[in-house]
Amino acid sequence: MNTRSIKKLSDLLPGETAAVRFLTDPAHDLAGRLSDLGLTAGSRVTCTMKSPLGDPCAYLIRGAVIALRRADASIVAVGEVIG
Amino acid sequence: MSGYEKIITATLAGNPNVGKSTVFNALTGLHQHTGNWAGKTVGIAEGIFSADGRTVTVTDLPGIYSLASHSPEEDAARDFLINERPDTVVCVCDACCLERSLILAMQICDLADDVILCVNLADEAAKKGISVDCGKLGSMTGCPVVLTAARQNTGLCELKSAVVNHHPRKPSGLTGTPAERAAEIAGVCVSVQNGRDPTVRDRKIDRILCGRFTAVPFLLLLLAAVFWLTLSGSGVLSAALDTGLTFLAGHLRTALTAIFPEPLALLFCDGVIATVFRVIAVMLPPMAIFFPLFTILEDLGYLPRAAFSLDRCFACCGSCGKQSLTMLMGLGCSAAGVTGCRIIDSPRERKIAILTNSFVPCNGRFPAILAMLACLGLGRGWSTAAMVGVLLLSLGMTLLVSKLLSVTVLRGTPSSFTLELPPYRMPQIGRVIVRSVLDRTIFVLGRAVSAAAPAGALIWLAANVTVGGSSIYAHLTRLLDPVGRFAGMDGTWMLAFLFALPAAELILPLALAGGNAVSLADTFDIPSAFAACGWDSTTAVCVLVFTLFHFPCATTLMTIRKETGSLKDTILAAVLPTVIGYGMCVIARMMFR
Repeated sequence: MNTRSIKKLSDLLPGETAAVRFLTDPAHDLAGRLSDLGLTAGSRVTCTMKSPLGDPCAYLIRGAVIALRRADASIVAVGEVIG
Repeated sequence: MSGYEKIITATLAGNPNVGKSTVFNALTGLHQHTGNWAGKTVGIAEGIFSADGRTVTVTDLPGIYSLASHSPEEDAARDFLINERPDTVVCVCDACCLERSLILAMQICDLADDVILCVNLADEAAKKGISVDCGKLGSMTGCPVVLTAARQNTGLCELKSAVVNHHPRKPSGLTGTPAERAAEIAGVCVSVQNGRDPTVRDRKIDRILCGRFTAVPFLLLLLAAVFWLTLSGSGVLSAALDTGLTFLAGHLRTALTAIFPEPLALLFCDGVIATVFRVIAVMLPPMAIFFPLFTILEDLGYLPRAAFSLDRCFACCGSCGKQSLTMLMGLGCSAAGVTGCRIIDSPRERKIAILTNSFVPCNGRFPAILAMLACLGLGRGWSTAAMVGVLLLSLGMTLLVSKLLSVTVLRGTPSSFTLELPPYRMPQIGRVIVRSVLDRTIFVLGRAVSAAAPAGALIWLAANVTVGGSSIYAHLTRLLDPVGRFAGMDGTWMLAFLFALPAAELILPLALAGGNAVSLADTFDIPSAFAACGWDSTTAVCVLVFTLFHFPCATTLMTIRKETGSLKDTILAAVLPTVIGYGMCVIARMMFR
């Protein structure tokens, strides 16, 4: 796999961890809130589960579990899956 | 010693759900409501404590993620810090996720001079194998650090004396954005025991409670369990209340007729006291069981998971998943549910949640609904199942009306949202009981009783003052009778619903009182009293539906007015459920009769 591959946070499957690269849409409503929550470049994020209807998903971000909808999670670019 | 010393002002700030309110309560001895979910505290609370001979006033800000203003609460918190300039800001951090807490703490340090870091939930962190090095934390941030476990009352003396004897913060020497500084500090100060993942247990529980195939059955089972316990528990309480209240009413009657002239004594006995006792008889038993159960669910951390599981449904209807949280709060009290809608960030979605909140039956409506189920001849088991059905109907109607609103008057697309799923916490049963009985049950009962007394007097007067050959009550009933009959009920019920505007708890007692001067004892055997009044199963179904969907109580309407600031929305919130409920009753009447 290409080491510089970039995917969206919303593409992470439950159990997968990746490091945040950047926000693709800094003007998005949620961009500020996501960085307050700790989704900043370099921080590790794990998808912990999908909700029963498939959307939203829960993410472990700096020790806290936060649920994000698919559309909102897709503005976060993450690096390749670490584990 | 000088006679005057300046009162110290301190402010508690921190992320949502890090236990600020618990710290606040432990410091001041006040009873601010607490619960295991983000956004529980919606207003700014104030209290005082004294330590080392100094008096400190403490304010508890709502939980915020940032001072960078993304929501009204964050605006309010930042304005408070800037304008009020408290002597000390106590930044409450979660020891279990210190790094996130520190982002806000760093922002606060940029704004305020005297900051104390209160690292709370130390007990929980220790259980998860997380340890925080307070010495390093103090030297890196330049702030005094106090480790607390507010639920266990640990570390509070230290916190109090840190507030009283605060020292100006030393420069920290760290540079970068708040997030970068937070990451650097947390990297040094937090260590996790042999690298084990502290969230493993929660994730295992989540797999069942939010699992693809288990989440919905679990939610239904949980609701069934809550209502089964409420039904069986209230049966026992009812029996005890029956004896006590009948005894008391008899003696009060003898005493009052001896003291006061007859009409006045009767106004008191048959009007005020009878109605107040009937209200207590029908509402106290289910409430005394339901509130503690609900508080336990709230403390466990399950409620946000329910919102997580149901979010997709709400997103499809153009509203926010957090609406299911406000709906669940509405089960307890609609006014609380409406206030709780502040957790929804988008104004459009908040308005939808406020307008649809009364589609969920509040605790005050339970007695009437449960009584109607009993009148339909359902036993405890079937009643429980029917009650779950009733709630599903509420949920369906809420979604339908939300969708309706979001394609008509409140058009828009679902906005983005973040929802924190807190760690599961074991509720402290003793505290749960004390808090739910003292803070909720007594409060709601007091409100209902204070509404019942004048309403009882009014009903009695209406029934005993005659104009043109018959009583005012009879005139009103006759006037409303066609309206009631068209929807499968009658004038007595219509009048009861109207008179119950101050508190929904009054519906059933007022209807029974108006139906045919039912004695207090009959309140404990509603099905036979119901039949004696000449009502049948169609009446029961229609009353049930109209109880479920009609205008919210006066308190709720005033809260809606306050929250939306619009009379139009308040009227809409009253008219919408009434029209829908009335329509459904008409259909039910046509089907059954």
